[in-house]
Amino acid sequence: MQVKLTVNNEPKSFICEPGEYLLDTLRRYNYLSVRRGCDNTSCGVCTVLLDGKPVPSCSVLTASVENRSITTVEGIQDEAEKLGLYFGEEGADQCGFCNPSLALTVYAMKKELYKPTPEEIKEYLVGNLCRCTGYIAQERAIKKYMGDKS
Amino acid sequence: MVLILNEYVNPKSIEEAYSLFLENRKNYIKGGGAWLKLTIKSAEKLISLDNFNLDKIIVNDDLIEIGSMATLRQIETNRDIANLYNGILSKACHNIMGINVRNIATIGGTVMARLAFSDIYPALLVMDTTLVFYKLGEISLVDFIKNPTKERDILLSVKIKRKEGIGFYKKVATTALDFSIINFAIVKVENKYMISVGSTPYIASLAYNAMEFLNKQSKITSLEIDEAINILLDEIKVSSNTRSSKDYRIGLVKTYIKRGIKKVNADAS
Repeated sequence: MQVKLTVNNEPKSFICEPGEYLLDTLRRYNYLSVRRGCDNTSCGVCTVLLDGKPVPSCSVLTASVENRSITTVEGIQDEAEKLGLYFGEEGADQCGFCNPSLALTVYAMKKELYKPTPEEIKEYLVGNLCRCTGYIAQERAIKKYMGDKS
Repeated sequence: MVLILNEYVNPKSIEEAYSLFLENRKNYIKGGGAWLKLTIKSAEKLISLDNFNLDKIIVNDDLIEIGSMATLRQIETNRDIANLYNGILSKACHNIMGINVRNIATIGGTVMARLAFSDIYPALLVMDTTLVFYKLGEISLVDFIKNPTKERDILLSVKIKRKEGIGFYKKVATTALDFSIINFAIVKVENKYMISVGSTPYIASLAYNAMEFLNKQSKITSLEIDEAINILLDEIKVSSNTRSSKDYRIGLVKTYIKRGIKKVNADAS
């Protein structure tokens, strides 16, 4: 079947099976920043933004996003780079596998929450697992990024 | 992993969706899809309800009506729901997985799946909730749980009566992303208690005998609460599974029912 949608603000038309998940379609069309982790909604590394909201692409059928807008980390490149600098400064970056999904979730949080408390930041990021950093350095970096008005 | 699916259908009307649903036992209504991968391996047709504006939350003076396609995140962040019985339903949603999952999981999918570990069932049960089906009409959530209907129908909305009352909600889990070991909801409304326990590991239910006992008392002290807990443990089935032993669950019931009743009493006074 054919599914028309926008990816990173560009109109796209994907050919896919009716039961194909968005993660598989995006990766097949070379959006390789969308990572495959647990493949059952637990880890968050497959997160993309669907109409601006973070969703696990491993559990969203491609057929269900007809005429909707998908954002991968390439679609927020400037913000992701800015967050990456804070990650570097704080030593919050190790293997990098979860970084694209984390950047998208932090970007969505910045849009959704006004001056979130440290607790609200932690709660927003609960669904993004990172097996390297222990989260403390990430937390410092994200707090600094959230305060960045540039 | 691909779902073996012949056709994904976007019907033009609910009647069309209903007809398609009845056509074949291998045709399914799609909820949010959060658990689709874990529950259905193959289907003939997957029927979307996305065209029918069922994701709205309508609030009036005495009722909150949540469309069956409203996401758990919409419910969690709705101010009127957060103000109802100390926000027990908001808290129940807030504790489910991460925000990315709550952005797709819907109340309709959660209710219809009748998941025993559901975090929202206990909260809905203590709030006098009814379900609105396309053909069956309106039935109480209690009846829906007690008498699983064999008829196939489409859930349109979930209705909660707005009353002044105090609420308490608690989920116990090993980690933030884990399923509940057990969960509790208690409300005190018009000086009457409603108590529900879920994930025992069976589906949530109201503790009728314990509620009746408490509602007959003129004064509630620790003695009456202890007696109510004993009655509750006689009527609600608690067992072991991979997440917890029966004994640990019983210990949690004793702790959190007592804490919850004391909390609603303190907040009410």
